[in-house]
Amino acid sequence: MYHWIFVPLTLGLSFLIAFFETIYVKTGNEDWKKLTKFWMTLFGVNFAIGVATGIIMEFQFGTNWSNYSWMVGDIFGAPLAVEGIFAFFIEATFFAVMFFGWSRVSKGFHLLSTWMVAIGSNLSAVWILVANGWMQYPTAMQFNPDKARFEMQSFVDVALSPAAVQKFTHTTSSSFLLSSLFVLGVSGLFLLQKRHQLMAKRSMVVASIFGLIATAFVAFNGDESAYHIAQRQPMKLAAMEGLYDGQNNAPVVAMGIINASKKPGDKEPSFVGKVEIPGLLSLLANREAGTFVPGVNDLVYGNPEKQIVGAKQRIASGQIAVTELANYKAAKERGDAAAAATALTTFNQHRDDLGYGYLKTAADAAPPVAPTFYAFHIMIALGTLFPIIFILVLYFAWKGNLEEKGWLNKLAFISLFLGYVASQAGWVVAEVGRQPWAIQGLLPVNVAGSNLSATNVQITFFMFLTIFTVLLVAEIRIMMKQIKIGPEA
Amino acid sequence: MIGNLEHTLLQQLWWLIASVVGSLFLMLTFVQGGQTLIFTTAKSEEERSLIINSIGRKWELTFTTLVLFGGALFAAFPLFYATSFGGAYWVWMLILFTFIGQAVSFEYRKKPDNVLGAKIYEIFMLINGTVGILLIGAAVGTFFTGSSFTLTKFNSVIWDTPFRGLEAALNVFNVAFGLFLVFLARVLGAMYIVNHIHHDQLVARARKATLINLVFALPFLLTVLGGLLTMDGFAIDPNTGKVFMEKAKYLHNLLAMPAVPVLLLLGLVSVIYGVVATAFLKSNRGIWFGGLGTVLVGLAVFCLAGYNNTAFYPSVTSLQSSLTIYNASSSKYTLTVMSYVAIGVPFVLAYIAYVWRLMDARQLTLAELAKEENY
Repeated sequence: MYHWIFVPLTLGLSFLIAFFETIYVKTGNEDWKKLTKFWMTLFGVNFAIGVATGIIMEFQFGTNWSNYSWMVGDIFGAPLAVEGIFAFFIEATFFAVMFFGWSRVSKGFHLLSTWMVAIGSNLSAVWILVANGWMQYPTAMQFNPDKARFEMQSFVDVALSPAAVQKFTHTTSSSFLLSSLFVLGVSGLFLLQKRHQLMAKRSMVVASIFGLIATAFVAFNGDESAYHIAQRQPMKLAAMEGLYDGQNNAPVVAMGIINASKKPGDKEPSFVGKVEIPGLLSLLANREAGTFVPGVNDLVYGNPEKQIVGAKQRIASGQIAVTELANYKAAKERGDAAAAATALTTFNQHRDDLGYGYLKTAADAAPPVAPTFYAFHIMIALGTLFPIIFILVLYFAWKGNLEEKGWLNKLAFISLFLGYVASQAGWVVAEVGRQPWAIQGLLPVNVAGSNLSATNVQITFFMFLTIFTVLLVAEIRIMMKQIKIGPEA
Repeated sequence: MIGNLEHTLLQQLWWLIASVVGSLFLMLTFVQGGQTLIFTTAKSEEERSLIINSIGRKWELTFTTLVLFGGALFAAFPLFYATSFGGAYWVWMLILFTFIGQAVSFEYRKKPDNVLGAKIYEIFMLINGTVGILLIGAAVGTFFTGSSFTLTKFNSVIWDTPFRGLEAALNVFNVAFGLFLVFLARVLGAMYIVNHIHHDQLVARARKATLINLVFALPFLLTVLGGLLTMDGFAIDPNTGKVFMEKAKYLHNLLAMPAVPVLLLLGLVSVIYGVVATAFLKSNRGIWFGGLGTVLVGLAVFCLAGYNNTAFYPSVTSLQSSLTIYNASSSKYTLTVMSYVAIGVPFVLAYIAYVWRLMDARQLTLAELAKEENY
């Protein structure tokens, strides 16, 4: 989550800088160069801490999630290596040219370098999101009981699985949106302060166009994403909508307050209060009006009428898989081939439920509903507001009186923070909503970790929290100072 | 084509690829060496800025190569990744910690309102260039001296000491290895400064620094070489796959793989020639010899650890838990896919070399720092 504070701005701002520099190279107007350099400075400050948090992201898979690393290394390692070879080096190589090459390379090569940084940054996100998509929807793999790990069967199917494609397109386009809001927010501040007005307006126009295009993508693939979640991770969808009891013609909750004491299986009401849009959830989830959408209780306890096997039954099956896997290993060790074959046959009958075997109770299969619900609804509400702001900015820029619209510039400034709220909310939906799974249905978080004492984890957690908080404060202070200095310094 | 290769051959190929990446990382630690030289070789703020701006244009390459090294190990030898990172927890955590400090220091050091002040960011750089490299060396040293861990039958690691990897820093061989790398990085850093910066006094001091740091590196190098030639090693019985202790195993490896001692000797001679050329012949090209030599030495070390039926990540407390390039690797399918991907590496190296050449066509001067973007 901490890494995710910095990444979206890097992904989108790199493209905005490339747009600004392209205009500079096309027009030869030095103002655009100043503008490019100004946004580049902010990009660099953000990029550095993104790199710092990124290295922890990579290595913590080994340090803190070593069981997970072993179990999926055969699948997950390959995308990471591809990312390292092709994407990271593009960024690392052209970053120096972008910042320090103004007088060392030609104008054209400098522009190419800026574009390469933008492309490299976004390519850097491809493979980690492919991996994340795979964790949400594991596919093209087989469990190897001898090695006790999952092994890849088709790289192409892993890389191009619908979950991976959805994950990448939704994440990058929402990052472009956030970056546009960042540019809008800082520029809005300049207009409110009546400083650098021409540059601010130019920035806002470019950012609003980019933001509007990004919004269209976000909306499109957000809908696609919801559909896929409904098909592959119905529990997450149920949590996103606070839906405990499945129903035909299920409504979308437009707004609502979750009943915090509600637990799966009890008779408490799900909401303290809510406003619904009838039938819409069935339509969004199944692309067919009136259809059944399962709720948390259906997925935890099963619903024979709708042929839904619940976590309760799957836990029983998973426990057989866990036991038979241990029996298989033991039989192999003592050289009892017949017993090993019997254990393996039984294991194979239950192996799709292996992960459930590590859950203690059926209710553990449900994610925390309230944070998932609120995060999802905050994201949607803000995602609806942002395009309106972009359109208004473009309209008043076209009318020629954007600098006079104090209320809109204030809104633009606030939207900078709202963009981060929406972005983090999206991450909460994706990651909290899939609990308790590190790998959907196959590996719960509680068995994915390293064999570490709580003290070791706590100490490192607070070490990283401290240093990253100090660096975050430093980043914000440096950025504020650079904004105060402005593009025309 | 690659799909027809035996799994064993792919495992050996990927150990070589990981070794090349690891060796390139060692070469690129001239950045870390340069970070420590700002405290000894630079005598003024201007000189510090020149060094930081010089190595600052390359720090990301070093950082990325380290990340790729980790990524390649994860992809090709996931059991090593899971065992070492999850087991020798503290040594890796401290290494990572030093790299966090480094990642922001170039960018933040001179920026107004940076909260900590320039000196603290310079200290982050120093810690990364000393403690970070020392611990990386100690961690690589455990490829020969072993670690204390046991693997369960589900390949989950249990670390058998409470020090969680820090015990590596208590072993003379490991520490000598780490300190050798620290001084080697300083030698390389000084050579790079000579090559990349136009500033008479600073360059004169950097030339001297190559020699001084080589002299400091020598006792540690001799300790490492002496250790390698005499220590017992962790051998694999090729018929049973069982690991056992073999007297002077790494000496046997040197004799069994004649290319390795050639690499080692060529590498060491190349580094020494680089220093001689820089310090005495007043050449600016010493870094090329130093860099190439470092890669060759690195390759020799990794080959000694992984090839000729040797356990590259041995366990001293549970011999049969030791990791080999065969039992720790990814499946044949994954290694095959990654081998196709690795065909793109020469292309990546080519554009890096092209951009490097463009950017370093002329030396860095104070005049450029005064009028251009800088750290």
